[in-house]
Amino acid sequence: MIPALATLLVFQLMGEVVVMSLGLPVPGPVVGLALLLTLLVLRPATLTAIKPTVQGLLQHLSLLFVPAAVGVMQHLQRLGDEALAIGVALVVSTLVCMAVSAWTMVWLMKRMEQKP
Amino acid sequence: MSPLPALALPGGLADVWVYLSTTPLLGLALTLVVYHGAFLVYQRAGFNPLANPVAIAVMVLATLLWVTGTPYATYFEGAQFVHFLLGPATVALAVPLFEQLPRLRRLWLPLLGALVAGSVAAAVSAVLVGWALGASRATLASLAPKSVTSPVAMGIAEKIGGIPSLTAVLVAATGIIGAASARSLFNAMRISDPTVRGFALGTAAHGIGTARAFQVSDEMGAFAGLAMGLSALFSAVALPLLGGLLLRWL
Repeated sequence: MIPALATLLVFQLMGEVVVMSLGLPVPGPVVGLALLLTLLVLRPATLTAIKPTVQGLLQHLSLLFVPAAVGVMQHLQRLGDEALAIGVALVVSTLVCMAVSAWTMVWLMKRMEQKP
Repeated sequence: MSPLPALALPGGLADVWVYLSTTPLLGLALTLVVYHGAFLVYQRAGFNPLANPVAIAVMVLATLLWVTGTPYATYFEGAQFVHFLLGPATVALAVPLFEQLPRLRRLWLPLLGALVAGSVAAAVSAVLVGWALGASRATLASLAPKSVTSPVAMGIAEKIGGIPSLTAVLVAATGIIGAASARSLFNAMRISDPTVRGFALGTAAHGIGTARAFQVSDEMGAFAGLAMGLSALFSAVALPLLGGLLLRWL
């Protein structure tokens, strides 16, 4: 577990360093993700060392959103004033996004099958 | 809403409370205990997507803080240790991505198309609907990145004039809506392919959608995680431009 956590943190750190020094518009952890993916491609053996911890972490991914979401307390005034606009915008855009994304993927997969 | 007056506690207990409310321990312990309880409810409900554990946990925690008159900042002192793990968890998405790499190579075009179309549709429809219903500029800018995972979304919101902490709330709400509605929507659309269902859910509902997808199947989870990672990459670059343009145009 410790080597896995260390790996994740070191890659996040490297990501942050790359982002800061090159002034990239991407967040550090995302660059860390890309770097770790590169390592896994180059040395697939790394996978067995980090997989159990990674699985544990990703299984409880939704827990990690809780602290920021409790911040809803700070925005009750604005959320109350604009409740209708925010609520409808969230529901509509989430459904539209899922539908558009799924349709596009199905459509492109069908096109690929037709001309191999 | 103004907080309730501090609870009247008997002498000894009040001292304990004064001590505990100044350490990060309480916020951290409370977050884990309440989330675990919410997860048990979710499990007991047969993983019904409507009993989303994040939604339950947030309602319970916010109510507890309100009743005890605890400021959010005090709670976050402790809860930040959980929040911090979002970074390493984002890095960890490299693992499911790596495991799906062979299929990724084969499906790269449909995946890329679905990602770009879905992400743009999410941001544009959120801003347009919010604008049509009279939301303020700061709210619109906070809404634009709501389908992106929170650390990335907060950065985007800041760049285009939104309120990062409000975005974090909208991101979580989006995740809950996506996780709760995905099954009905895909059934209505007659889409049964788990790779499509997972990828679309991850594009719309990031980590909370991904957590939901993993509960359905590993395959669906891997594609949701993939979508979440790719959307973080794509949105971090494209959304500040797109969102900025859209907000200037409205």
